[in-house]
Amino acid sequence: MTPQPKSPSSISIAISGSGGAGVMTAGDMLLEAAALAGCYGLMSRTSGPQIRGGEAAALLRLAREPIECHGDSFDILMAIDWVNTERFAAEIPLDAQSLMIGDPAQGSAPAEFANLGARPLALPMKVLAKKIPHGRANMVALGYIASLVGLPATAIAEAIRRSLGANGDAVTASLAAAEAGRAAAQGVDCPHRLAPGGNDRDKRWLITGNEAAGYGALKGGIRFVAAYPITPATEILEWMAPALTDVGGVLVQAEDELASINMAIGASYGGTPALTATSGPGLSLMIEALGLAISAEVPIVVVDVMRSGPSTGIPTKSEQSDLNIALYGPHGDTPHVVVAPNSVADCLMTTQWAVHLAETMQVPTLVLSDQSFGQTRMVIDRPADFAFAGQRKIANGDAQSYRRYALTESGISPMAIPGMPGLMHTADGLEHSERGTPSSQAKDHLAQLDKRKRKLDAADYGRHWAEVEGDDEGDVAIVTWGSCTAPAREALAQARADGVRAKLISLRLLSPAQPRRLDKLLAGVKRVLVVEQTHSGQFHRYLRAEYSLPGQVRALYRPGPLPLRPSEIHRELVQWSGS
Amino acid sequence: MSVSAEALPAAKDFKSDAKPVWCPGCGDYSVLTSLTRAFAQLALRPENVAVVSGIGCSSRLPAYTNCYGFHGVHGRALAVATGLKVARPDLTVVAAGGDGDGYSIGGNHFLHACRRNVDLTYVVMDNHVYGMTKGQASPTTEPDWDNALAPGGTGVRPFNPLVIALASGANFVARAFSGDVVGTADIIAKAIASPGFSFVEVLSPCITFRPEQRGWKESVRPSPVATTDDPARAARRIMTDDGFNIGVLYHGNRKPYQPPIGQKRKTLSEIEQGFAL
Repeated sequence: MTPQPKSPSSISIAISGSGGAGVMTAGDMLLEAAALAGCYGLMSRTSGPQIRGGEAAALLRLAREPIECHGDSFDILMAIDWVNTERFAAEIPLDAQSLMIGDPAQGSAPAEFANLGARPLALPMKVLAKKIPHGRANMVALGYIASLVGLPATAIAEAIRRSLGANGDAVTASLAAAEAGRAAAQGVDCPHRLAPGGNDRDKRWLITGNEAAGYGALKGGIRFVAAYPITPATEILEWMAPALTDVGGVLVQAEDELASINMAIGASYGGTPALTATSGPGLSLMIEALGLAISAEVPIVVVDVMRSGPSTGIPTKSEQSDLNIALYGPHGDTPHVVVAPNSVADCLMTTQWAVHLAETMQVPTLVLSDQSFGQTRMVIDRPADFAFAGQRKIANGDAQSYRRYALTESGISPMAIPGMPGLMHTADGLEHSERGTPSSQAKDHLAQLDKRKRKLDAADYGRHWAEVEGDDEGDVAIVTWGSCTAPAREALAQARADGVRAKLISLRLLSPAQPRRLDKLLAGVKRVLVVEQTHSGQFHRYLRAEYSLPGQVRALYRPGPLPLRPSEIHRELVQWSGS
Repeated sequence: MSVSAEALPAAKDFKSDAKPVWCPGCGDYSVLTSLTRAFAQLALRPENVAVVSGIGCSSRLPAYTNCYGFHGVHGRALAVATGLKVARPDLTVVAAGGDGDGYSIGGNHFLHACRRNVDLTYVVMDNHVYGMTKGQASPTTEPDWDNALAPGGTGVRPFNPLVIALASGANFVARAFSGDVVGTADIIAKAIASPGFSFVEVLSPCITFRPEQRGWKESVRPSPVATTDDPARAARRIMTDDGFNIGVLYHGNRKPYQPPIGQKRKTLSEIEQGFAL
């Protein structure tokens, strides 16, 4: 049976404040407390442009059911102070049902929030904190919110202890401050309560998309990483640096992205599965060597954690606008693989799968993650294990007259690894003959182009190419990818509750395109809604070029940095169905 | 003759049967011979040697060897070589290329390869010209050298790659001349044998676009002073010589960069415990 999307009942909470107010600490503890209480949830971070300090907000969503994206609006805004908070107004939508909590000692809410009709509540955080030795306002806020939404005091206490560990004084002060917050919340009427969670928390993880991608890479067999720091991909590299050492691999910091991808190519040529991770500006630099890896048939994995572009763009905020460069970046005719995770948890499986595809087909594989996955911490069920064990086809050591780029039926040619006697050859970015000798002959060029395309066309991508949910027989299909999947899923659940028969198709394999497989899924569909987070409809254009979409087609696209909200997609579905 | 002596490859065993694209009289033929002689001198085996290059006339060299070769993109040979050597420290890795590839488009990688000090040997065949694109000025070209892209010359002073290498931390810095096949082979063999990053600048004339470089054989001379391990002395010598002193000009004792690999301390299940609630 096709999985049925659900619209979760959830609570969205924003905690904001200026630098040093401790909003991220409070947010992390709140998420962990919810997790310990058996709930699911996520937390993303937003901040001003300062390297350290400056205004910041922790954006949380907590629920009894698994949850994978932010909702339409926030139920609770907790402002430890109001300094520059108006900068987050677009990211923290409030409505008449929202609670807006502030400290009277820190002034009043800016108009951007005050005019939204949210119910204001006063919490004298500073005063309460001062009564406790080393007490801090953020811990008062934490206790207050936890009490409002019905999280047990034991969960908050455990989260505080886990976070502060051996620092006994800080633990004592934080526990007392949180208790003061909890006491202050007594008698406050809050319509937003978290249903009690289950008790199978032992099977759950707290993980970010960047960590999940790093672990997926290790599970796929990556043992060499070349790194150049870039927001918002750096955490993949920082997580992998010690982890690689632990499993006998190595990470090298490169001088730039040109070097990092070429180092990965060198390591992979030597037989070690290799990866680099970057974001848009770095990917732009890597395109040159991506073409080299395609021509020389050297497997590598490049994880691109997308941020808003072009150029330096908005480094800390998400967008899906690297799709074009990922698909079409290199010059020449360049068959390669592009895959995209559809959730924080799926960053693990998709990256592991990418290693498998790269290694088996001797082709560079791009993983298009994004900032909203990479830097969001989420409570997830431990992901299932997948037995992707991408094995490179290695040349037979006894081969006479070895041909590195032999024209095989599958297009995959056995690869000799340095150290193997008798199979010496030169891997080349110049067009070459089967032996690898440079060639400008038309027949060699055509034969090698055909072969490099054939190996991707002939591959078996299995069931992982797309995720399909909703009604098998429906009039409407949403076609989307990446971080638009979760809001589309919630929109679909609402639309189905309205009586619309619809399905969701989220593509994990973006290239090579699978038109026959999508045709089957879209048979009988009368309306196709394409959803993506770009300004120019890159995904829609790609679908138009590679696929035949039946019936009426609409495209819902807009740029980052604001995430697509479930209600936007739902509105589009309902209005269209009613028209 | 003993069995082991029979098994040792000779210089010719390191050469492939591919016919070079180089012009008749190009210095790079001799560098290829010197390189293969050095491999034989060191009793290496072709399958354990990797030769990595970028783009340009001299960067065609890997395919003319019978070793594992990698002919990548313009300027990035040292990055490929670094990844290969760090992942496979058992291999002998040599990067080879020209002055345009290494000092211009690949300049940043040159600095950082010297600084990083991975156990590589970098052989640059310097002819002060872009040959493959038919005669433009490179970073080592004289400022008044007239050419189609810069009529009357670039007016830009050439840079001194040996000083740059020394200042950036290369552990072994030498200058050789392609016309001296035996001497160049000796220098390259010493460079390969030396741990860390070894830089060998080989003056290798381009008689097609720089016919006046035929005169280099009259200008070169063995360095009048012995190899030093003092970078300050080496810097003074290199900066004050006329560019034609041949020999190992600096040989330090920095520890090569080679992170440990292959030592498993944790299983994947142990690592994933870090995510568990």
